[in-house]
Amino acid sequence: MFLVKMCILNGFTLAALLFIVASGLTLSFSLMRVVNLSHGAFYLAGGFVGLSVLNASGSWLLAIGVAGIAIAVLALVEERFFLRWARGNDLIETLVSLSIAIIIGDLVLVIWGGYPKTIKIPEMLSGAVEIPILVVYYPVYRLFMLAMALVLGGGLWLFLKKTNLGITIRAGVDNFNMVAALGFNVKRIFTMVFALSGFLAGAAGVVGGTLMMLVVGEDWRILTLTLIVIIIGGLGSLIGTAVGALITGLAYSFATAYIPEFSLFILFLPVAVILSIRPQGLFGKEAA
Amino acid sequence: MPESLLQISGLDAYYGKSHVLQDVKLAVNHGELVLVVGRNGMGKTTLLRSILAFPPVKRRGSIVFEGCETSRMTTHRVAALGLGYVPQGRLLFPSLTVEEHLRFAASRSRGQEKAWTLKSVYDLFPELQQRSQVGGGRLSGGEQQMLAVARALVTNPTLLLMDEPSEGLSVQVIQRVKDVCRHLTSSGMAILLVEQNLDMALNLADRAYVFLNGQVVYEESGEEFRADRKRVRA
Repeated sequence: MFLVKMCILNGFTLAALLFIVASGLTLSFSLMRVVNLSHGAFYLAGGFVGLSVLNASGSWLLAIGVAGIAIAVLALVEERFFLRWARGNDLIETLVSLSIAIIIGDLVLVIWGGYPKTIKIPEMLSGAVEIPILVVYYPVYRLFMLAMALVLGGGLWLFLKKTNLGITIRAGVDNFNMVAALGFNVKRIFTMVFALSGFLAGAAGVVGGTLMMLVVGEDWRILTLTLIVIIIGGLGSLIGTAVGALITGLAYSFATAYIPEFSLFILFLPVAVILSIRPQGLFGKEAA
Repeated sequence: MPESLLQISGLDAYYGKSHVLQDVKLAVNHGELVLVVGRNGMGKTTLLRSILAFPPVKRRGSIVFEGCETSRMTTHRVAALGLGYVPQGRLLFPSLTVEEHLRFAASRSRGQEKAWTLKSVYDLFPELQQRSQVGGGRLSGGEQQMLAVARALVTNPTLLLMDEPSEGLSVQVIQRVKDVCRHLTSSGMAILLVEQNLDMALNLADRAYVFLNGQVVYEESGEEFRADRKRVRA
């Protein structure tokens, strides 16, 4: 019973981490349909920037903020100068974002070296607490991630549903030119959203790097995991990303506990099954 | 003579290598309804798209709107000068509800005096208020057309570009669209109306242009155009 409880908790908190990490890609790829393969590299570079800031300042929150802003600037440059002209051309977007991902990975290797590093859990989030109903002790940091994912998900939902900017973004995804014909500088709006997706990826690098190690190669693993989450959930749906993260998190958590030799198989099985039944993903919409 | 609201001269427009509009000259004055007629494929839609720099149209020539040369401007800059667009096929946003369409379009409203607000377009089209939480893709044809007009109105344009607004609509809804056009021009808004349905548009027009193979082949006042048409029919 203890193992089941732990699997559920680990599954939920892994899902939370996956959602946090995938939230940026939800904006750029799922919503704006930019094939953004540099997302994993954004995550990794954000993690290392955060690590340096933490070492210099001792503030974990500052590390998150600076990492987010640094990667937002990187994303802004990528979109403005390399991706904007290729909008709608998936192949070019794939090649450009892939090239930039490789370049960022190499730069990270040059600047921070190839040894794995971790970000120390901040004092106030370290240790474990007892969860009343389940009667198990559980790390505070993992519970914090769960809360953070809920706040982030709620915040993004409100942003996309309730703000004029969020509505404009959804309209722009439906019909880019018609939004421009209403007087909106939709190109600039999309560049800002891409920068926001970079901010989320960079900040997620610090949150993820505090739980897992930061090392070159992790960028591709994170990219694969977040793509799985988004593809299962379906393009264009924030709820889809949340559900995709839950399925992936729980499947991975139970698989690693009970049949560790099949954990990768269990991770990709839902992708194959769901895509063969619903090619657009669970909550996906057809591309406009 | 006062300067026209929209003055187009020597306009050529292209889709890729195909030369669609040739040396078009056209003007719309303040508060006037100008009708553009012609069969399918004569360049009427391309004309509206050229005015707005709506991709993928490429254009050359002069398009002056409210004294501002717009032929080198991007779509959003041209639109922000005070052009409203009711496109053929409506081009609504399926992800957005009726209210969301209007709310976000209204955030780009121009000018100090905002004649058209969510409230005033709901007064004009009460059906839209009843369906305010329905998605743009799930409206009837008539409701879609009303929403397309309302979406353009809440930006408070000085010139409304309407492309085949009667297409696929019932006689009753076409009558509504006609009434709305009359109401708008009487309130001082100019309309450039592209229409194949002459019965709908004929009585509304202050002036009319006929397009043939991307060129203006006829330009007359509304009265002359109606008289000419009677003569042709007789």
